[in-house]
Amino acid sequence: MTDQPAQRLRLVFRKEAEVKYISHLDLMRAWERALRRAAVPLAYSQGFNPRPRLFFAAALPVGFTGRAEMLDVLLEQRMGLHDFTARLRAQLPVGLWLENVNEVPMALPPLPGQVLAAEYEVMVETEGTADEIKTRLAGLLAMGSLPRYRQRPGQERAYDLRPLIQELWFVGWRANLAAIGMRLQADPQGTGRPDEVMAALGLADAVRGTERLQLFFHP
Amino acid sequence: MTWAASLDRLLPKVSKPARYAGQEWNQVRKDWSKAAVRVALAYPDVYEVGMSNLGMAILYDLLNQQPDWLAERVYAPWLDMEQAMRQNKIPLFSLESRRPLREFDVIGFSLQYELNYSNVLNMLDLAGIPLLARDRTESWPLIIAGGTCAYNAEPLADFFDLFVVGEGEEVLPELMHLCQESWGREKKEAFLVRAASIAGIYVPSLYQVEYHPDGAVSTIAPLKAGVPAQVRKRIVSQLPPPPVQPVVPFVNVVHDRAMVEIMRGCTHGCRFCQAGMIYRPVRERPLAEVLYAVDQLLANTGHEEISLVSLSSSDYTCIGPLVRELSERYAEQRVSISLPSLRTDAFSVELAQIIQRTRKTGLTFAPEAGSERLRRVINKGITADDLLRTAEAAYASGWLRIKLYFMMGLPTETVEDVLAIAELVQAVRGIGRHWCGKRAEVSVSVNTFVPKPHTPFQWLPLGDGSEIAARQAVLRREMPGRGIRLSWSDRATTWLEAVLSRGDRRLGRVVWYAWRSGARFDAWAEAFQPRLWEQAFAEAGLDPVFYSGRQRPFSEVLPWSSIDVGVSPTFLWEEYERSLRGEPSLNCADGCMDCGIRQAFSLAPCPPPTAGQREAEGNR
Repeated sequence: MTDQPAQRLRLVFRKEAEVKYISHLDLMRAWERALRRAAVPLAYSQGFNPRPRLFFAAALPVGFTGRAEMLDVLLEQRMGLHDFTARLRAQLPVGLWLENVNEVPMALPPLPGQVLAAEYEVMVETEGTADEIKTRLAGLLAMGSLPRYRQRPGQERAYDLRPLIQELWFVGWRANLAAIGMRLQADPQGTGRPDEVMAALGLADAVRGTERLQLFFHP
Repeated sequence: MTWAASLDRLLPKVSKPARYAGQEWNQVRKDWSKAAVRVALAYPDVYEVGMSNLGMAILYDLLNQQPDWLAERVYAPWLDMEQAMRQNKIPLFSLESRRPLREFDVIGFSLQYELNYSNVLNMLDLAGIPLLARDRTESWPLIIAGGTCAYNAEPLADFFDLFVVGEGEEVLPELMHLCQESWGREKKEAFLVRAASIAGIYVPSLYQVEYHPDGAVSTIAPLKAGVPAQVRKRIVSQLPPPPVQPVVPFVNVVHDRAMVEIMRGCTHGCRFCQAGMIYRPVRERPLAEVLYAVDQLLANTGHEEISLVSLSSSDYTCIGPLVRELSERYAEQRVSISLPSLRTDAFSVELAQIIQRTRKTGLTFAPEAGSERLRRVINKGITADDLLRTAEAAYASGWLRIKLYFMMGLPTETVEDVLAIAELVQAVRGIGRHWCGKRAEVSVSVNTFVPKPHTPFQWLPLGDGSEIAARQAVLRREMPGRGIRLSWSDRATTWLEAVLSRGDRRLGRVVWYAWRSGARFDAWAEAFQPRLWEQAFAEAGLDPVFYSGRQRPFSEVLPWSSIDVGVSPTFLWEEYERSLRGEPSLNCADGCMDCGIRQAFSLAPCPPPTAGQREAEGNR
């Protein structure tokens, strides 16, 4: 057992519909347990309650699916990427799909602090035409500010949603649902939430699914 | 819109939707069309509680191992989910295949706690299944139950077709074979008579209960030839191999860890303890089998904790070697080991020390009563000295918190006995202060004693509520200050548990009325409404005090006397008399008190040889 981790692996994975209702904490536990079943040489934290050293880029809200979620895993001994991927894939529950694994330098800053923005696609059930949807999106983008309230346990905090919306567009039709794309800020200064954007659009009740397509990082 | 589509729309809006989504690692999905008997295993509490029950995991594994049978799981939907389901007309469904419960052949409930009864009715209702057994023909699922409460399930007799009494590992397969052969292919009545001929199956509708004018049961008589007058519980002579591929929950459940049962039954013979009486005789799992199971469990689940389950872990013959071996074998994988029930002695502290090298959170012991005298009454054979020495060993080796379990309202208890709890706790705190200074903590849990069926105290009343409240106040006054944390059981909860656990089948109406007026999740403080139950009693014209607050004579036909646990009522009564004289009884390991279990199951010797002894025999 060495104290210094020997390898840092970056995992890109999908969180699909089967597991979209599990919380971020549940998801962390699910990965820990899958990694333990895969019997890979995990590096653990020091202290009274040693935990495997996993670092997720950004928590995905309950109910969302994710197409390119990201997670760093620290290993105590080096492993081949192919071996690691094969062993882990065999231990993942339905709905968690490991896309790829890459080694990244140990010295890189931690993943969570590197996220700048996230791109989402929201499915909406609507009678409206493409033009009507586009007009609605343009109307929102034209606003100078979008004051909203965020419920926190025991308090309500006012904030401005508008500057958190970097881009907002109509993607097209997916069967009978309209897909709306958006790129929202996600850094320590503020995190835009797609359900808040949909509420500001007056479409909260029409949402039928939300997927996070990708995360954007510091260059 | 189909109900499945509306389910998908409402799940994001309820609390903890993952409770209802299934898809966990190791869940078993079988081909529905190829299964000859489809069983829904139902637990009448939330997912997090039900998923922590080892019995459910054992039966899930056992049924799904059989190619012809299929078992899926269902738990009680929490209040918000129930409301959403009713609004959207979503029937109660199984987690694995999301099928409505009424499409199953058999629905088997696990009954572990009386305060889940209203949830049983609610789950049947949410499934669209008629509540009363007599309103269901053979075209409905067969509704059955097992578990601790099945040892007196009379209050639920109207709702269930049959109960499995005792250990399910052999009797359930026998019942499933019968179902495969004839459930739904003959009249329900005929099926039930055949089921009643299986040892360990109790069919309540095949018994006529008569009452004396004062309300006590006068007779419980079988209605048909071939139906036994008494149903004897079933036991397995050796513990079957434990499940090693259990479902791994996503949600953080109450006992979120791998479990292996190392021993069933207990030799101590504490007179208040229902588990100690009904799970006789003691049976151990061989050390090698435990080690193998732990290995498999950890590899198959990825759990970071393994729990060695039994009623008294320190009594397992090979507990020392087992714990030492496990802690060495899995140290590198940071697997922690938990022993849920430790005897109050220095050996237990030693064990705890082996398994908790890093994190010394707390140690729990159960002296149960404050005074030496009262501990003799309940046959809890430990002395104040034992406890203090154990506390010393624990604080001295680095534990900061000791949790102590006591009971209040025990037979013959006086205020002196209650004051003795305070003295003991103060003494323990003193020891803690000596070793750990002001960081030392004692947490004290004082539960009100509920006399349970099939124990030496089954004839006794529940302690008077105001008297207990007064004694709790005394305790609060006597245990002031830093370093002591005190908690006790809720008065109304205790009352309802006492009434339902000791009730007869007339209580079926009470359960029904309470459910109808909105009783749900009575075990949960945020949902429990005792008033609904009080009104239900009034509506049914029954006096709860008749069930909870009355000393019953030995001659009384107890509502649960149609169930034979193998321990004879004469033995129980003698134990009761010995308790009044303050006479101890022997631990089964030290000598036989002739409780009846040996004759009932033709055991020679009794208790059956321990795993270690068997292995030694084999080597000779």
